[in-house]
Amino acid sequence: MSLAKRIIPCLDCDNGRVVKGVKFMDIRDAGDPVEISKRYCDQGADEITFLDITASSGERSTTIHTVEAIASQVFIPLTVGGGIRKLQDIRNMLNAGADKVGINTSAVLNPEFVREAAERFGSQCIVVAIDAKSVSKPGEPKRWEIFTHGGRNPTGLEAIAWAKKMVSYGAGEILLTSMDRDGTKSGFDLELNLAISEAVSVPVIASGGVGSLQDLVDGILIGKADAVLAASIFHFAEFTIPQAKQYMRERGVEMR
Amino acid sequence: MKHVAVIDYGMGNLHSVAKALEHVGKGIKVSITADPSVLTAADRLVFPGVGAMRDCMSEIKRLCIDEILREQVKQKPVLAICVGMQALMQSSEENGGVNCIGLFAGKVRRFQDHMTDADGQLLKVPHMGWNRVKQTKAHPMWRSIADNDRFYFVHSYYVDPDTQAEIVGTTDYPAPFCSAMARKNVFAVQFHPEKSQRNGLQLLENFLSWNGQS
Repeated sequence: MSLAKRIIPCLDCDNGRVVKGVKFMDIRDAGDPVEISKRYCDQGADEITFLDITASSGERSTTIHTVEAIASQVFIPLTVGGGIRKLQDIRNMLNAGADKVGINTSAVLNPEFVREAAERFGSQCIVVAIDAKSVSKPGEPKRWEIFTHGGRNPTGLEAIAWAKKMVSYGAGEILLTSMDRDGTKSGFDLELNLAISEAVSVPVIASGGVGSLQDLVDGILIGKADAVLAASIFHFAEFTIPQAKQYMRERGVEMR
Repeated sequence: MKHVAVIDYGMGNLHSVAKALEHVGKGIKVSITADPSVLTAADRLVFPGVGAMRDCMSEIKRLCIDEILREQVKQKPVLAICVGMQALMQSSEENGGVNCIGLFAGKVRRFQDHMTDADGQLLKVPHMGWNRVKQTKAHPMWRSIADNDRFYFVHSYYVDPDTQAEIVGTTDYPAPFCSAMARKNVFAVQFHPEKSQRNGLQLLENFLSWNGQS
């Protein structure tokens, strides 16, 4: 096998600044998205994901401007998510230089949107972002449900069935975030990740909870993720991307 | 001044290609256009593509890009990327079967579902990420790029040329497929040079200095 596993730094942006919350609250400022993206690209990041976490309609122009600025300096793939609701939103992001768009809430509200988007732009640029939370009680078989609006709203949708449905509608990739782990630095939800990765044919990006380099290895070797996404361990310079890649390579993960 | 035209038929991310070309070719002019007079005047053409083949081909035909390309490949270097490469073939399996431009003999096929690697791990489709390109034939476009180095791929379909001599690069997933092909003025790649960091920028730089016909 020669396809490398990917490390994807994630930039959660609020009105043009990179921020990172713990369990979607308690936001800390982490800097300028263009500078940070360029630094990660130079360090060997395999992709960049940019999530507009406010995404109120009035600030879309800020996001488009930031995406344009990143895309003019960063020559690796760029995924943009947050507030993608219409085919025109996708067109605007692709024109601004995004390679893929992440669709989350809009997929839940209108699954047909994913089908239309994949038919129009191709599955390869449609990433369905799934925010899942464990809802099973101790002793029960594991069960996860989908939440929207940054983890605030339960939907009642079961996560594995939902992931399969999204792939059948044309999602080219699943960005899977554990709401239980996000921002906690306690590692990915490996059971969730393995369950989804084995259930779908498309690549799965593990997200939510990275606190150590071993967590990245576990996400791939145990959770069977195709890519790992992390924010705070890179933003606050706990580890660099080359350190992460070396650590993973030494433990048998194929890296670029 | 060198003038590169990126052919715009309304599909996908043309600005990335244009920005990458501007980055490597200081002072060159890059146009994003479907205007036949600009495409004819340019020194070289980039034929990108992202998206579903049926929609791509319907726009290509509506804008007569197929006719322009058939003429222009006789005149100047052309770099085709991803769905642009696929559109050069005779037909694609995508969207239930689509007739393409037919500059190269062969078909566009889909990766099989449930493929596994040597360790029995499931191989996902789309083939997405950084994979190696084996340079199966020497070509000026490979200058200063190491053999078996990595480029960024994202695709579910790949070209299967009838003419083996036109294959200049292959990639394993898990079997080798054609990731680069060339004939005369045309060089076509399945990966995205504009997203392949150093190697991709080198390929684009090579394109700007390549005179074609080799």
